[in-house]
Amino acid sequence: MITKRIIPCLDVRDGQVVKGVNFKGLKNVASPVELARQYSLLGADELVFYDITASAEGRKLFTDILKETAANVFIPLTVGGGINSLEDFDRVLKSGADKVSVNSGAIKDPGLIPKAAKLYGDQCVVLSVDIKRVDGAFRVFAKGGREDTGLEAIEWIKRCTGEGAGEVVVNSIDTDGVKKGFDLEMLDAVCNAVTVPVIASGGAGCIEDFITLFKTLTKVDAGLAASIFHFGEVSIKELKEEMAGEGIPARI
Amino acid sequence: MIAIVDYGVGNLFSLGCSFSAVGAEATVTSNPAVIRNAGKLVLPGVGAFKDAADKLKSSGLDLVLKEECAKGKILLGVCLGMQLLFDRSYEYGEWEGLSLIPGEIRPISERIPEGLKIPHMGWNALSLKEHPLFKYLGDPSYVYFVHSYSAVCPEEYVIASAEYGAELTAAVARGNVLGCQFHPEKSGETGLAILRAFCELKEGELC
Repeated sequence: MITKRIIPCLDVRDGQVVKGVNFKGLKNVASPVELARQYSLLGADELVFYDITASAEGRKLFTDILKETAANVFIPLTVGGGINSLEDFDRVLKSGADKVSVNSGAIKDPGLIPKAAKLYGDQCVVLSVDIKRVDGAFRVFAKGGREDTGLEAIEWIKRCTGEGAGEVVVNSIDTDGVKKGFDLEMLDAVCNAVTVPVIASGGAGCIEDFITLFKTLTKVDAGLAASIFHFGEVSIKELKEEMAGEGIPARI
Repeated sequence: MIAIVDYGVGNLFSLGCSFSAVGAEATVTSNPAVIRNAGKLVLPGVGAFKDAADKLKSSGLDLVLKEECAKGKILLGVCLGMQLLFDRSYEYGEWEGLSLIPGEIRPISERIPEGLKIPHMGWNALSLKEHPLFKYLGDPSYVYFVHSYSAVCPEEYVIASAEYGAELTAAVARGNVLGCQFHPEKSGETGLAILRAFCELKEGELC
């Protein structure tokens, strides 16, 4: 049986990891390549590199880092951030990405997902959605969660997966950073609407939050988090051991 | 030297790097002379079966591969490259493969219960038979899969399978012709251990 995936997300700016990272015995690692290697050794099932660079020079540094990571870390790599065109897909895929995550780019150009899926295959196209409750409805937000698009989230996800997005990352703005657990209600609504893999993001604060996620929502395929892994609040190794102990399929 | 056959399908960057990581000399090439001189061959591939089979034929590399395999050269097909080793595929039609291993490629959806997601994507454990390719593996061994079609072939050619509502073919061997449905270049230390064993294979040891 397929195991539940644990995915650390690294924000990269100008070739460096944005937040300092503190592993036990490994202080302030800023090199994304070194961090990726560490995470892979600890049992991460996949890595997400998020490019938060605005400049062209920064983007070049990002693809250099991506290439170096892909040459040294042999687990699936997903890249997101600033993906607005097929040229962006081409650039990161040629630098070693296995999957490409699209967020605002798909809102700006609704043709991007179908075109990319046709060219590279559904498995390569990941839809990332920032969702927030507005008047009791799930609403899609753009620009890193700052702008209400007015789009109803479940309809948007159904449309994008129908047009070729092979996977969905659901990031709940409501639970993000709160560290009191994933947004189970929102994730349940998404899981019931799609047949592609669903990755939960936003809200994890401890190992128990992942256990609750996978036990409550058996259709969720993966859990993604950033700072709790970077700051050592949750050890991927311990997390996966606990998952296995709870009868949740995990790769150890 | 290992030749990774480039026939215009997919990104071969990671595959090339993974051979470097196990200390092997590998080159990505579409040159028939290089392929003929190589010690071992790797046939990669992602995407649709028909496109890949067409490209292999129009480049003439299909014949080169068949001739080299007939001489006993060791070949490893990876993902779609493994599927191409079989007689035919039913992916959006019916298309001919290389017929190096008897069997066909059929949709996973025919064989697994409803409710399981397709593609079969993620890390799954291998159920292994005795084979030199697996000499460095322990139990359980997890590898990374992404596929919607799988090989249906005589049991004697299956050297590993993975459970996903049904036993799906994960790796095959017919003498010197080998294939794996999963991505060894994306399967962490387990994948590298398989590639290391592949690099160490000798022609005489496979029959």
